[in-house]
Amino acid sequence: MATLQEPGAGTTSGTATGADAATALPIPGEWGVVPRISGARAMRRMARAVTSNGKAAAGAILLLIFILVGLFPGVIAHDDPNAEIYKPNLGVSTAHLLGTTAFGQDMFAQVIYGTRPVLEIAFGAGLGCTIIAMLIGVAAAYLGGVWDSVLNLLTDVLLVIPAFPLLIVIGSYLGGATTGVMIAVITCISWSYTARQLRSQALSLRNREFLEAARVRGERPIYIIVVEIIPTMTSLLVASFLTNALYAVLFSSSLQFIGLGDPSVTSWGTMLYWAENQEALQTGQALWIIVPGLCIVALGAAFALLNYAFDEIGNPALRPVRSMRGKRVKPAN
Amino acid sequence: MRFVLRRIGFFLLTLWVALTLNFLLPRMMPGNPALAVIGKFKAGVPPQALKALDAEFGLNAHQSLLSQYGSYLSDVATGKWGVSLTTEPGNSVARMVLDALPWTLGLVGITTVMAFILGTFIGIIGAWRRGGRLDSILPPIFVIMTVIPYFWLGLLLILFFGIKLHWLPYIESYNFTLTPALDWTFISNVLEHAVLPGVTLLVTTIGTWILTMRNTMITTLAEDYVRMARAKGLPGWRIMMDYAARNAILPNLTGFAMSLGFVVGGAILIEEVFNYQGLGYMLLQAVNNEDYPLMQALFLLITVAVLVAILFSDIATAILDPRTRGAR
Repeated sequence: MATLQEPGAGTTSGTATGADAATALPIPGEWGVVPRISGARAMRRMARAVTSNGKAAAGAILLLIFILVGLFPGVIAHDDPNAEIYKPNLGVSTAHLLGTTAFGQDMFAQVIYGTRPVLEIAFGAGLGCTIIAMLIGVAAAYLGGVWDSVLNLLTDVLLVIPAFPLLIVIGSYLGGATTGVMIAVITCISWSYTARQLRSQALSLRNREFLEAARVRGERPIYIIVVEIIPTMTSLLVASFLTNALYAVLFSSSLQFIGLGDPSVTSWGTMLYWAENQEALQTGQALWIIVPGLCIVALGAAFALLNYAFDEIGNPALRPVRSMRGKRVKPAN
Repeated sequence: MRFVLRRIGFFLLTLWVALTLNFLLPRMMPGNPALAVIGKFKAGVPPQALKALDAEFGLNAHQSLLSQYGSYLSDVATGKWGVSLTTEPGNSVARMVLDALPWTLGLVGITTVMAFILGTFIGIIGAWRRGGRLDSILPPIFVIMTVIPYFWLGLLLILFFGIKLHWLPYIESYNFTLTPALDWTFISNVLEHAVLPGVTLLVTTIGTWILTMRNTMITTLAEDYVRMARAKGLPGWRIMMDYAARNAILPNLTGFAMSLGFVVGGAILIEEVFNYQGLGYMLLQAVNNEDYPLMQALFLLITVAVLVAILFSDIATAILDPRTRGAR
């Protein structure tokens, strides 16, 4: 479930106050006044950050491991995750590292093969949300006027309608969601927060000289948006991708857990569904619940750690300090 | 005042969007899934009820979409929410939903308020003692806490405190052999049953409050008026509470409303895991049984509850923060 609320979750207040609060209060994930940095330079800066910040490095390594496992599950697990060929409810052994399920499937193989669908949803919905939010947020800020009001209202409405119950209702009407449908539905429902962030970021840029210069040069709006505005938001876009990917992991696992996923696909959420269905806790098969859940937490933590580290990089005030108490009492020379 | 009026206008708009979504969703899906299910149960449903379902799901092909929409809206407004198809066949959905409501309100409401107060307080202390032991341990822990799926934590608590240690009950909201009454046996039983789901919800939501409060508080502490207060030699707790925390709490307060949507979502899963008979548990029962009238009513009720809470927090913000009142 989406337990991670975006830090400092903006405001629910309407258009005017929302933008005010966003600029008045430094919200993590919101880069305040951004010097004009080209996309490539921002990317290089982030790459350096990953190697120098402990949290970012931990997150990056975790994510890399999951990506490798998701790409080459067959290298690690040798069993077919769905084949019900073993004795049910076997304990941990060298043949079955995590034992077998109540259906006689190798649990280790299930966990390994379950990685890919989760990553597909995380990256699909993370990218989808970021792209939609970018289009809508930047368009609203750049076009202004009626367009801004309409797009902003749409964003605000979607922001307050509880997402998970809506996902459940849609999932129920669809009779379960395949990976593709899951990505589409999660994307449609959860782009709004990012759109609001990107809009206020774009608004703060609107009167900057380099945009003025582009306008005076006679560049077309589409050029200004794509070449001048969007590259300055690279770091914010990366943060938004990470947050949305994390949400997608939690949302999709929760939906799969309550049986609204694709039952034929092995993923961590569906494993939990079957485990709960077979009363794994009561029958001493606790690993069936613990391991897929741990995987969800680890993948979510990878995204969250990366995001948190980027927050610290963007907002130096949040960086850990040794101690400020000593400084305070020392008289200024 | 204008601000409040605008917020009420926004509330009505979102309410209308939610109602319309509820109406359009089953009609947008391939082959109207509700129709198929109702067809299956047609025999068991009394004709009176069937008429209500007609309006709700568009069984009447000869009726135009617009007039279906009209009768749907008037039915919702007058409390004609139809009857349950499968969960409790023939029973009024409105009554079932109202029966479940107090359980969710009690569990989620109390836990959320507790998480808010506790989390905000820990956040204040963490920021005040910047660089202290509490401050260096908490943020990373709570970053991890916030990515734990609610339901999974619930399952773990069941495993350790329910099954392994036998300390606490973990199924249903009270022992069903007891008759509900306002005596100590019953109340203590209810409280006992609420501990595990409550703790699950508390632990998974508190991190947000701590982090938000800490981060805003750190910025507020750097303000000149805080320095001024220090220069005046005011006692530490006074600077902390009256000067810094008081100004830093606003984002947390608006976040309070925002997070309710998430809390409700998480509560749905927690109720499911603990078989706690609130709205969320009922919603998932309705989903499993393809009981669409019940599902629709529950979705609406949950949405309305969240929207009302957001409206209240907006008004509270307007009262507490003069800046919002000035804005247009």
